[in-house]
Amino acid sequence: MTEARPRVAIIGAGPAGAFAAASVLRARGDAEIDFFERLPTPWGLLRGGVAPDHQEIKRLETTFDKQTLQRGCRLFGNVEVGVDVSHAELMQHYTAVIYATGAQTDKSLGIPGEDLPGSWAATEFVAWYNGHPDYRGLEFDLSGRRAVVIGNGNVAADVTRVLTLGERELERTDIADHALDALRESRIEEVVVLGRRGPAQAAFTSAELRELGRLEGVDIRVDPNEIELDPVSLAWLDEEGTFTARTNVALLREFAARPERPEAGRRITLRFLRSPVEIRGNGRVEAIDVRRNELVRTDDGALRARPVDEAVETIECGLVLRSVGYQAVPLPDVPFDERHFVLPNRSGRVLSVDGELLPGVYAVGWIKRGPTGILGTNKRDAEQTVSCLVEDLAAGVLPEPPRPEPIDALLAERKPDLVTVDGWRAIDGTELEHGRRRARPRVKLASREELLAAASTSAGEPVAADGHR
Amino acid sequence: MTYVIAGSCIQDDSCIEVCPVDCIHPKPGAPDFETAEQLYIDPEVCIDCDACVEACPVDAIFPDFELPSKYDYALDLNARFFAEQGSTAERTAA
Repeated sequence: MTEARPRVAIIGAGPAGAFAAASVLRARGDAEIDFFERLPTPWGLLRGGVAPDHQEIKRLETTFDKQTLQRGCRLFGNVEVGVDVSHAELMQHYTAVIYATGAQTDKSLGIPGEDLPGSWAATEFVAWYNGHPDYRGLEFDLSGRRAVVIGNGNVAADVTRVLTLGERELERTDIADHALDALRESRIEEVVVLGRRGPAQAAFTSAELRELGRLEGVDIRVDPNEIELDPVSLAWLDEEGTFTARTNVALLREFAARPERPEAGRRITLRFLRSPVEIRGNGRVEAIDVRRNELVRTDDGALRARPVDEAVETIECGLVLRSVGYQAVPLPDVPFDERHFVLPNRSGRVLSVDGELLPGVYAVGWIKRGPTGILGTNKRDAEQTVSCLVEDLAAGVLPEPPRPEPIDALLAERKPDLVTVDGWRAIDGTELEHGRRRARPRVKLASREELLAAASTSAGEPVAADGHR
Repeated sequence: MTYVIAGSCIQDDSCIEVCPVDCIHPKPGAPDFETAEQLYIDPEVCIDCDACVEACPVDAIFPDFELPSKYDYALDLNARFFAEQGSTAERTAA
């Protein structure tokens, strides 16, 4: 049995990390928990991913705050594990280290022209409009009349909405100011959304799909011929189709039956069974070639899109956003499963490349299971990881950290500008105050300099000398 | 009346934990839980106690008479989930 209070480092203060901290505190109220966060701000994709017009979901931050920071969890923001402090150093000071770093990059399409200016990962666009400080300098050319979004998931739906929402709607959100300014000048009239498979396989939630059909001043176009279900999909929908898939198909039929509204200022066109084969342009994106697919059932029962051998269709466009999935990147000094893009783990206990347990190292969220599920999925995921951790603590299999003192002195020396809970409260207060003045939920500080300057206005030392409060 | 879960549900299961009549589904472990995009309240069973509203961290639950217009579809959607995917009685009998 470990006698001392367990000291737990959580790497990444996003939803998975926050749910994990709350779960540790429920099981072991005596635990001392420190978040290490690369950004000066906590809550990860809740701040930097969730679309600005979905403010109600961002209310989850109140619960995270209540269940973690207000219960004594400390924040070391603007500190990057693997750069500012090493995994080995963490293991010197902590009983357990939980990686909750998520999946920071996007999958590529692997087609010619993908790197042309004007072709972006949707995640870059998301990070830009949500005020992620590393993406502030990006310049999206919104002067073309048509944008093409590749993918049929919720990120694809988010970027499609942000590209088509009116100025008035955007002004009611916490979208970053630089994005608001750029979108005001946008000349995009149509967003074409390409799905590789059919309407029954679209990964949109029905809530996101429905929303696309209810935007003010935006027409939604679906070609009835493209959503007619082939026999394979009909059988699949009947036998294995989810409630969401059935609801989506019904919604798409309703969209397809709507009369065209030429008076609408903007238009969303949903295309199905279409895969991009090449992005073309002279020095920048001018068009995308797409090929038609048909669905076939493979030997393992899955429905696959198979290209049909016919002429490609060319869609002229000035902007391409690909949204075909997130992908995790390897972390320094911890094992990485290059095939599944996760930390190799068993129920959250991290394994070496040879499959041996690494005592005291855990994973939670996307870096553990891959980029699947919705926010709440992380709660149950965190409970699984934390129950392993609590079990290991009770069994006494976690070695005492060699250095009994907190890591504070080392951090104070290396990162004098780290952001503590007080620093974050100062940032939060500044942003909310700016928001109040402009009748917006929040006005984000969108550069590292501004964020750090706001953080340093907080009273008190960067790191409390005696560790936990 | 009944309470209704709207599309901003994040499938945090706090509401399931507090519901005294077990009318919020699918529950973790149910076969359709992993593929569900949100949780639903069975209008046939809900006793309008308000406990789930208090528990929801993203304010996704409304009494049917206060449902915001952007969620006007949700009353029907919650009911249809139980009609198509199995009622609370069927789910709790299993």
